[in-house]
Amino acid sequence: MKILVCMKQVPQKDAPLKLNESGRWIREDISYEVNEPDAYALEEALRQKEKHGGEVVVITAGPGRAQQVLREALAKGADRAIHLEGDEFVGLDPVNTAKAIQAAIKDDAFDLIFTGLQSDDYGFAQTGVILSELLNWPHATIIMQIEKKDGGIRVKRELESGDFQFVEMPLPAVLTIQSGINKLRYATLIGIKQAKNKPLQKKAFADVQSAIGPNLQQIQRLYIPQKTKKTELLEGTSTEVAKKLVEKLRNDVRVL
Amino acid sequence: MALKFRGVDFIDFDSLLSEDEILVRDNTRKFVEENVIPGIEQWNRDGKFPRELIRPMGELGFYGANLKGYGCAEMSNVEYGLVMQELERGDSGLRSFVSVQSALVMYPIYAFGSDAQKDQWLQAMAKGEKLGCFGLTEPDAGSNPGAMRTRARKDGNEYVLNGEKMWITSGSIADVAVIWAKVDDERGNVRGFLVETDRPGFKAADIHGKWSLRASVTSSLSLQDVRIPASNILPKTEGLKNALMCLNQARYGIAWGGVGAAMAVYDCALQYAQFRKQFRDQPIASHQMVQEKLVWMINEISKAQLLVLHVGRLKDKNRAAHYHISMAKRNNVGIALECARMARDILGANGIADEYPVFRHMANLESVKTYEGTNDVHTLIIGQQITGIDAF
Repeated sequence: MKILVCMKQVPQKDAPLKLNESGRWIREDISYEVNEPDAYALEEALRQKEKHGGEVVVITAGPGRAQQVLREALAKGADRAIHLEGDEFVGLDPVNTAKAIQAAIKDDAFDLIFTGLQSDDYGFAQTGVILSELLNWPHATIIMQIEKKDGGIRVKRELESGDFQFVEMPLPAVLTIQSGINKLRYATLIGIKQAKNKPLQKKAFADVQSAIGPNLQQIQRLYIPQKTKKTELLEGTSTEVAKKLVEKLRNDVRVL
Repeated sequence: MALKFRGVDFIDFDSLLSEDEILVRDNTRKFVEENVIPGIEQWNRDGKFPRELIRPMGELGFYGANLKGYGCAEMSNVEYGLVMQELERGDSGLRSFVSVQSALVMYPIYAFGSDAQKDQWLQAMAKGEKLGCFGLTEPDAGSNPGAMRTRARKDGNEYVLNGEKMWITSGSIADVAVIWAKVDDERGNVRGFLVETDRPGFKAADIHGKWSLRASVTSSLSLQDVRIPASNILPKTEGLKNALMCLNQARYGIAWGGVGAAMAVYDCALQYAQFRKQFRDQPIASHQMVQEKLVWMINEISKAQLLVLHVGRLKDKNRAAHYHISMAKRNNVGIALECARMARDILGANGIADEYPVFRHMANLESVKTYEGTNDVHTLIIGQQITGIDAF
């Protein structure tokens, strides 16, 4: 099976976030890491390859720093990488990101495309789904398990309240992978060494620009919620105060 | 309250590292965070070496990481150093175990061993299937290893070894010991020998009651008429200098380790100072005397990083002299210990309990300051280099 894993570099979970000057995104002088669901998607792809053979290709879109994600993936066992490199990729909406990926892989024939369920920064959970539409492939989301069948796959999806759904689908297909479905491996030192010799193809924004349109979705403003504190003194007899308090807790604070 | 390590980089040190070096560092940090940090305080309390980590560390390639072939990763010295830094950020005892396996056992077999010895040991040691220890220090020969009493006598196709070795990391869990002994027939010249630890006459006894490096094994070795085939001599060892070459490898790793331990205690003290409130409901980090300590620490850590990185780059070019390594080991372990004491001070009473890692690192670093050339010995090595006068 030939599997593409779409990976994203996101701000480290405990990074101290500050707004940038435009007020539409964060300042970039922080540490970054692999988007967690994408790490599980890669792990699942590597396991599928170990079981069935084939190739695992990883792709990311972002500035130079995002290459770290690909290096780590290559060190863990991916066979080659594609880097859509440029600052322009940072602000793309899911439609355009999916279009950029589609353009970048037009000469490849994949059996499966994995993305993480969603990204830890924007959290849209859209890119994989839109990519499947653009490719006119079937997709399934929140995948917990993948089993190869004759002529297709059978996947386990996570539903709400502990329910699962099993879906059989043909290939090629797009799957968005749930976090925590497998145990992530570490890159070995030998893996890191060998990754230096694995192909890492770079594509610039100009290479895929013709496939991309204006963003359909734009962030107008980003803000850090203000902490507010308000004290209100309830007056009256104790019965009246108790009554008012219950009303407030029920209607204003909504904890009852 | 467990404080999560956030890394330490005040001077944009990472801009001096390659992407692969950062990957090696971050990958090791993740391993330590997930596999060492959750258990280390209990292991330290119980005086237990976490044997369950031996194989996983082998799978990741930590043993002999800068050697070539035999399943080793052929990392650069800087990459190897970053692994040591991260391991010691977890615990000096764990780093000691890896240092001994790598720099004091695999390295001498690699550098001074026969092809047969390399084939027999290196691959298995890289995987962690076989463990090693390094027997140089004796009860009465510490800083002056030339005073060793252990003897090797040639007897036909065998050597017969007699002597005592002391403060031997991994002694009782090792499959093979690199034993340094004076050879009777060679007018007391020191040679290295590979002694399988299951040979009759070889005994290892653990040293108990340690206040330091409690999560690693420290033993004394006794060799009484231990017979080994003559082919077990490390053929390319010519004297004590070969043992010192091994120590140079290990000391280099320790210099990185010192940075790791210092980072651990500094980051803990910083986080603690930011949430611990005293006087006017203000965090103690707002106090000038606390800030002064934190600043001293980050200042020294930043310098230590630059020093050891420079020595590492020199080593990659084969230009690191033993006195460069002495300076890095002496400085970095020295400041790490001072950082640990200051961090303990900032944590107040909380600094003495193992809810925080500070006292453990502090106690560990007392050993690290002493082993692999005491702080004073490194002072004399540097002094000898700059003055040309031997003051040992």
